Amino acid sequence: MDLDDTPEQAAYRTQVRAWLAEHKSQAPILTGPGALKDEDEIVAARRAWQGKLAEAGLAGVTWPKEYGGQGLGPIEQLICNQEIGQAKVPGILDAIGVGMLGPTLIAHGTDEQKGRYLGPMLHGDEVWCQLFSEPAAGSDLAAVQARARLQDDGSWRLSGQKVWTTNAQFASYGLLLARTDADVPKHKGMTMFIVPMDAAGVTVRGLRQISGEAEFNEVFFEDVALDSDAVVGGVGNGWGTALTTLMFERVTIGLGGEGLGFNSNRFAQAIAADEHARRDPEVRHQLGEIASELLAVRFTGYRTLTALQKGQIPGPEAGLAKVTIVNGAIKAGDLITDVIGPDALDEDSEWAYMISFLPGLKSAGGTEEILRNTIGERVLGLPPEPRLDKGIPFSELRSKEGAAA
Amino acid sequence: MNLALSDEQVFLREAARGALSRLQTIEAAREALDGNAPLPDLWPTAMQAGWPGLLIDEEHGGAGLDAFDAMLVLGECGRVLAGVPLLGHLPASAILNDSPNAAGFLPEVSSGERRAAYLPAQPPSDVSDRWSTDPASGLERGALPTAGAPDEDGRVPINGSFAFVPDAPGASGMVGVALQDGRPVGIAVLNDSRGVEVKPVSRYDATRSLGHVSFTDSPAVLLDASEESLAAAWYLAQALIAAESLGSVETALDVSVAYAKERHTFGRAIGSYQAVKHSLTEVLRQLENGRSLLYYAGWSRNGKPEEFPLAASAARSVAGRALDQAARTMISVHGGIGATWEHDAPLYFRRAQLSRRLLGGTAGATDRVAGELIAQASAA
Repeated sequence: MDLDDTPEQAAYRTQVRAWLAEHKSQAPILTGPGALKDEDEIVAARRAWQGKLAEAGLAGVTWPKEYGGQGLGPIEQLICNQEIGQAKVPGILDAIGVGMLGPTLIAHGTDEQKGRYLGPMLHGDEVWCQLFSEPAAGSDLAAVQARARLQDDGSWRLSGQKVWTTNAQFASYGLLLARTDADVPKHKGMTMFIVPMDAAGVTVRGLRQISGEAEFNEVFFEDVALDSDAVVGGVGNGWGTALTTLMFERVTIGLGGEGLGFNSNRFAQAIAADEHARRDPEVRHQLGEIASELLAVRFTGYRTLTALQKGQIPGPEAGLAKVTIVNGAIKAGDLITDVIGPDALDEDSEWAYMISFLPGLKSAGGTEEILRNTIGERVLGLPPEPRLDKGIPFSELRSKEGAAA
Repeated sequence: MNLALSDEQVFLREAARGALSRLQTIEAAREALDGNAPLPDLWPTAMQAGWPGLLIDEEHGGAGLDAFDAMLVLGECGRVLAGVPLLGHLPASAILNDSPNAAGFLPEVSSGERRAAYLPAQPPSDVSDRWSTDPASGLERGALPTAGAPDEDGRVPINGSFAFVPDAPGASGMVGVALQDGRPVGIAVLNDSRGVEVKPVSRYDATRSLGHVSFTDSPAVLLDASEESLAAAWYLAQALIAAESLGSVETALDVSVAYAKERHTFGRAIGSYQAVKHSLTEVLRQLENGRSLLYYAGWSRNGKPEEFPLAASAARSVAGRALDQAARTMISVHGGIGATWEHDAPLYFRRAQLSRRLLGGTAGATDRVAGELIAQASAA
């Protein structure tokens, strides 16, 4: 057991740190004095910065070299993330594309798809979005209803609605899970597609959140035409392809929690700044409990890395880290608001955005309830709840649900 | 970076599990609680396995291993509620190992021929500049005993007391901290010395040997361990009891999960209900968090000593809560039978309630996590 860098890792860290020191003045400023305000400007600046990071080899670290990556391991990826955080510069804009969707294309895409899409994705020239969830398909993702119908000429026509789509407002492409056969059980009749977001019939509408900002969207598809080469991973294999994306999502969350700023040191600073709070036994007790759990997650991330390094695929237990991070940060925000008072909720406060963001994050990337179900069943081996949808064609499910109600 | 166990560590853990499995410690815990039989002496098992010398340098007859290895052994003890007196011995052995003038004791401490007990004292914090001891009762923490001027043999007289000292009854000697002219110094006292009183106390969990210790002009050897070493012993004790607690959590969770798969209500296994499933995953969540912190604590003692107080206190904090949660969940999942002596669950519950109040308490460790982070933030 060792938490220090090997000589090779230390050399790599030095190299990354040196590049960041030299180029950090070119990074967009997103908070504090001189921060960019206009959203279009922010997106443009962050895309350009992602391009610089990619050229320097600081994006797509684990991607194979033939697709523009560095062909390095998850440790090097973490070192990059740590150094970017340390340098206090933004990371890549398209973390969803580079972290989850690109690796899915690498695993399941055709050579043509990889050749066409991966380079522009990595460099921020084309941003991607993930079109999986729907108003009636979240925890039960395999219930998607967006319908793609095969045409006589081999092309497809897509209709339906997606929701909670981060970055859709400026994305060039989306990876979309659609139903292509409703006459088979629901996990079998889905297909993954690449959808150009500028295609006729695609409408993006921002969804404002508690903070007042619209970071994600609902996306409507009205008879959108897709070529036959838009299919990823084969017709009818959409569920398997989606599981690959979700596995990469777990890795991203497992290694990136602290990148969201939910770490014990930052919360402790807020308490330490108040002479009375830092000595108050109740405040200290709460801070101690929250901080212990958030510290634990940092080392759970290192355990995940160790497993990845040994070629093991991280299991669903990484979801427990997400539960800990979100609930810990919620408690921390609450405690800090108790300490600071209403000023913590002021729009200019460091904390208001986090406090508004967290209730939604509790459901993002799997609700706490569905994560606990999955972990209870897959890790502890507890029996599943009885299901009403097993082996039943998707087209007949609605009537079954009605009868059961 | 590598957080995997080495082959040697896996072997150490499996050997400990094997050695303890032959001892029927859970049955013994029940018997002792009934007052039918004294707890079996597990020290010979420890000696045979080489555990007393785990943290002592090889040149002095020890295994020269690190905190994490010792924590693996404590975890196995916790799994089966084995009262092996390592919680007292190992921190004491660490102080002796750091004291050049105690080198002569080390071979016998290492072999276990002499069993030592650690006199717990909490180092100063961000809000208090004094060392303190666990009180016999109440919230007010006690003061360290004092050490006087050396006599012609170089022994110093100690006056004062320590409450709830783990594994003190029957030990050959006790090792800890006293104040000499207001400064903390390491001391070693033989249990059979003049003016030493070790009163065995039993509270709620018969597997835990404790003693109220008092010194009246008791002659002690002044140890030349550094103040850092004396403080590190406290955090080592925190890390060890954290590891032991998580071992108990593992068993409580395993037993609860097995029952939730087997017990049926309304035509299905109770583990299929979300309410039961989610309460068990909550135990797993706390266990996994605790395990991650054991790595941090085990590594930082030598790998990053300035973070050892934070790491060990965080591990203790999470492990203490996990143990309470696991013990209560174990009872709930089993229904009424879990709250009776027909089942082992009450033994784990008793272990949880007492463990969380020893060695400064889980709450004390939680406060120390906050204190360490606040101090870091102020220094930054």
